[in-house]
Amino acid sequence: MYVAELLSILAIQSGQSKLVHEENMSDTPNDKKKNAAQADQATAVDLEKRNFLIATSSVGALGCAAAAVPFVLSMTPSERAKAAGAPVEVDISKIAPGSMMTVEWRGKPVWIINRTEEMTAELAKHDDQLTDPSCDVVSQQPDYCKSTDRSIKPNLAVMVGICTHLGCSPSAKLQPKGDMGDNWTGGFFCPCHGSKFDLAGRVFKGSPAPTNLVVPPHKYLTDTTLLIGVDTEDKA
Amino acid sequence: MTNKTNADKKSVVANALGQGLEWVDARFPLSSNIKAHLTEYYAPKNFNFWYFFGSLSLLVLVLQILTGIFLTMHYKPDAMLAFASVEYIMRDVPWGWLIRYMHSTGASMFFVVVYLHMFRGIIYGSYRNPRELIWLFGVGIFLCLMGEAFFGYLLPWGQMSYWGAQVIVNLFSAIPFVGPDVSEWLRGDYLVSDATLNRFFAFHVIALPFVLVGLVAAHIIALHEVGSNNPDGIEIKKLKDKKTGIPLDGIPFHPYYTVKDIVGVVVFLMVFSTIIFFAPEMGGYFLEANNFVPANPLVTPAHIAPVWYFTPYYSILRAVPPFPGVGFLGIPPSLFPGVAAMGLSVLIFALLPWLDKSPVKSIRYRGRLYKQWLAAFVVSFIVLGYLGTEPSNVWGQFGPWFGNAERATVVARIFMLVYFAFFILMPWYSKKDKTLAVPERVTG
Repeated sequence: MYVAELLSILAIQSGQSKLVHEENMSDTPNDKKKNAAQADQATAVDLEKRNFLIATSSVGALGCAAAAVPFVLSMTPSERAKAAGAPVEVDISKIAPGSMMTVEWRGKPVWIINRTEEMTAELAKHDDQLTDPSCDVVSQQPDYCKSTDRSIKPNLAVMVGICTHLGCSPSAKLQPKGDMGDNWTGGFFCPCHGSKFDLAGRVFKGSPAPTNLVVPPHKYLTDTTLLIGVDTEDKA
Repeated sequence: MTNKTNADKKSVVANALGQGLEWVDARFPLSSNIKAHLTEYYAPKNFNFWYFFGSLSLLVLVLQILTGIFLTMHYKPDAMLAFASVEYIMRDVPWGWLIRYMHSTGASMFFVVVYLHMFRGIIYGSYRNPRELIWLFGVGIFLCLMGEAFFGYLLPWGQMSYWGAQVIVNLFSAIPFVGPDVSEWLRGDYLVSDATLNRFFAFHVIALPFVLVGLVAAHIIALHEVGSNNPDGIEIKKLKDKKTGIPLDGIPFHPYYTVKDIVGVVVFLMVFSTIIFFAPEMGGYFLEANNFVPANPLVTPAHIAPVWYFTPYYSILRAVPPFPGVGFLGIPPSLFPGVAAMGLSVLIFALLPWLDKSPVKSIRYRGRLYKQWLAAFVVSFIVLGYLGTEPSNVWGQFGPWFGNAERATVVARIFMLVYFAFFILMPWYSKKDKTLAVPERVTG
């Protein structure tokens, strides 16, 4: 509506300026009469001209929008960035029980934690303190890891070490108690905003992080070789 | 004899200058602009200390642009080279350390003077009718400045740069539905990377400075159209000299306020140089220690916090609990409430002209109720600012009787409520407040 009004104002003004120009040029009485008639016409809205202006302006605006598309799309990830997302093969034979290793996949840290039997046993004991104990948020893990331990092999946890709050990398606090206080049962603590996760990457209630850590697609090629970035077809 | 020839020479020079000016004025409105904006722009005669910070903001803007130009001559916006190029500027470029410290200190001092300038606007009601647009342009400048600070902070490619950008860009992924795509588009990659650094450089040195300068021009044009407010909140244009049409309480900006502002500039530059030469890092508040470590995408520093000028809003972000999600409706959990509250805490300043219903503009004629609310707001701004620089467990935890909640988080939540109440309840308390009678003329 505003655009249409603005255009009609512009149309009238351009008509008037033309009129003034013609007045200056003319000096015979005949011309003056003609000009008076034109002045009446100029104050009336010329609907044909208005429609023409609306149509051309709309086409112009569409053209501008179309021209903006390449610029907006130029800011999306490039082909080179997309190609950097290849799967990563990891030798996991050297992770001692109760410790972990970090590998890089798609530029993100992926943790592989070799949990001891006590650690695995602890996972089932604190469901009441967790936001999503049974891993109902489907985006956070593949189907074959939707369980309490969130893993294919109970002792080996694989997860993306990026906090689901705002993308910091939490610090490992694998052992119970210590500087995390006497109630701590082992897990991860995010230094940015204090989110806490257990050893299966499940988020504790009261953390700013809304969901559990992401378990990436992964499969075991052999007992000691893990491939991150490719799904396991069936849980063995 | 000689006296006469000297006088003749003088008049010849004066004539030549006068003719030169005439020549220019016939082609460009030079004299009329100098009159309109300086020698015949009548400002209220009762400007005080608080009126230094507008011209100082302009000074810092010029300093930032100048030092920025010289920094871009040596800086490399490339993830492999950026960190080393900043160290190169600091160690090998002649006087590079000075230019870089001027720029980094300038960033913090920009926020110091702008916050004081905004506070002046709040206490004297400078945002009220007819100056709403000046205020809105000002909010635009403030947003632009925050953008400049954020984009610029990534450029040294230190750990704080990297993880700060990671957190802020991820804020956008909390927007429902389109969020993840928006943050991927902003980064140009699946994580903060070379692509992100390169485009942040473009925003920092080209895109935002243009917008910023444009907004500053609009801010000043709008100001000179309606005239300046003053500590009494009186419209000086209401009472004019009948013969000359000059406001009775007005004095020409030049020479009165140009000279006054130069005093402010001298004092400001003394403070500014003291910081540059003796405490450029300001104990970690202007330049954080972790930013002297190159960016590492795999390790987050043990404690990350934004630079001090962002911390009040950052505290609000942390204080708001995430939305837990509604399982049976398929609505996933989300941290959007915190992000929305943080955005609102900045944007809500834009609503001030319409929230304030007081019959008076200046704090001088307001009652106790308003002053108490303003004091509560200032305290909450400072407390939130302090808490934002510390980890959320800085004050330990409450006992089990309060669910082991972190003390600092609870305090931040309380002050966040005060922060928003200052704005949201303003229509009520500014109207109810017992105001004093406003005098006809300014009171010096």
